[in-house]
Amino acid sequence: MSVMINTGNYIAAKAAVMARPQVVAAYPITPQTTLVEGIANYVESGEYTGEYICVESEHSAMTACIGASEAGSRTFTATSSHGLLLMHEMLHWAALARLPIVMCNINRVIGPGWNIWSDQNDSIAQRDTGWLQIYCSSNQEIFDTIIQSFKLAENKKIVLPVLINYDAFIISHTSMPAYIPDQEEIDDFLPPLNPAWKLDVDNPVAHGTLIGTKYYEKLRRAMHDAQQNAIKLIPKIAKDWEKQFGRNHGDLFEKYQCEDAEYILISMAAIGAESKVAIDNLRKQGIKIGLARLRIFRPFPSEEVIALGKQAELIVIDRNISIGSEGAMFNEIKSALYQQSDAKVTGFIAGLGGKDVPYGDIEKMCKKAIQGKTKNHQIWFGFKEDD
Amino acid sequence: MKKYDITSCISYPEEGAMGKTGSWRVFRPTLDIKKCVKCLRCWIFCPEGSIKRNKDDTVEINYDYCKGCGVCANVCKVKAITMKRENEKK
Repeated sequence: MSVMINTGNYIAAKAAVMARPQVVAAYPITPQTTLVEGIANYVESGEYTGEYICVESEHSAMTACIGASEAGSRTFTATSSHGLLLMHEMLHWAALARLPIVMCNINRVIGPGWNIWSDQNDSIAQRDTGWLQIYCSSNQEIFDTIIQSFKLAENKKIVLPVLINYDAFIISHTSMPAYIPDQEEIDDFLPPLNPAWKLDVDNPVAHGTLIGTKYYEKLRRAMHDAQQNAIKLIPKIAKDWEKQFGRNHGDLFEKYQCEDAEYILISMAAIGAESKVAIDNLRKQGIKIGLARLRIFRPFPSEEVIALGKQAELIVIDRNISIGSEGAMFNEIKSALYQQSDAKVTGFIAGLGGKDVPYGDIEKMCKKAIQGKTKNHQIWFGFKEDD
Repeated sequence: MKKYDITSCISYPEEGAMGKTGSWRVFRPTLDIKKCVKCLRCWIFCPEGSIKRNKDDTVEINYDYCKGCGVCANVCKVKAITMKRENEKK
């Protein structure tokens, strides 16, 4: 084991290479660029010996990964914002073809106007593609999650691609220390891929042919069942990881000060990490509040949300907005609670366009929700008309 | 033949894996066996594998899968295959 002090992207590159993917196909885009640059460095140093394909667009990056994965290779790629959007068609393809591709997406604003800061609307827009979605809040968590994600994606009960998300710059370009296990330890945890199916001249199959209405629904149902299986498997893999490496970032949720909480704040990614400071401060003021940082957005952990709703009032901060509706997390949390709990849920939209969400603002949002002084059940934080 | 234990759009090679695909044919290749010189050009060029080659190198057309593209009639040197509208008298 060693300690590496570096940015989220370089630590993600390290993890990706240590997972020994046979193929990486990627196209650079800010703020993901240093991740693929990191992998290129490992090609140069000889540490990465797989096939590294520089393609001409993100659409091609995903299709190259699809081809490689169909041929039975472990594959990795990374992108951000508009790159992810350009992949959209192929994201559906990868999931329907049941390919265990692992991808990092650095959450970045969608233009216009042009902006490279943190915002989750890029990945939230991919929520119906069939990909599993994980949100990370530290460099160590990124490293551990990438390795675990290959194990998750390749499990015979899952066989779906995984999207690992973290915030532009706040995480991607911020240096933090991370423990890096030895390669042998990683190999021990993550054996070589044994694909669930592949294109193989000795055992020929055709893939992606015409399919009648009678069979198509079965494909969708099988994907849905596989995502439900992941609800059970994610905590198991997290526990196995903890047993071997002594770290656990939470499985579906990371819970902080939740035991006796009367209010629980739910947030994701970097806002989730920042929220811990707000929780400590609010506790000092005598408010019994806890934090549940949502790590897994797909599959959506409905049972755990219901348990939280039965315990406490919920406060949700979304760094995304489904225009014309609500924040995605807020929306899905209420949907999970339907007929199961009458918990009050207050939603906030905050930090769009990379606007900073410091712990002071998180405290203000929590207090506003607790005091019940809100005009609407969802508030755009900082907008006078919503106050 | 290896079969995979996964629900995906995988099909395994067998005759008619996609069902009978010759149902929308407009032109029907008709073989005059008396003119055939067993050169097998039709068998080589048929894009759908719908020409059956017998042991003595005579050929038959499988109308379950033939889509009536006319390649066989085009490559036939002796004009043993002609294309006729499906609604014409066979």
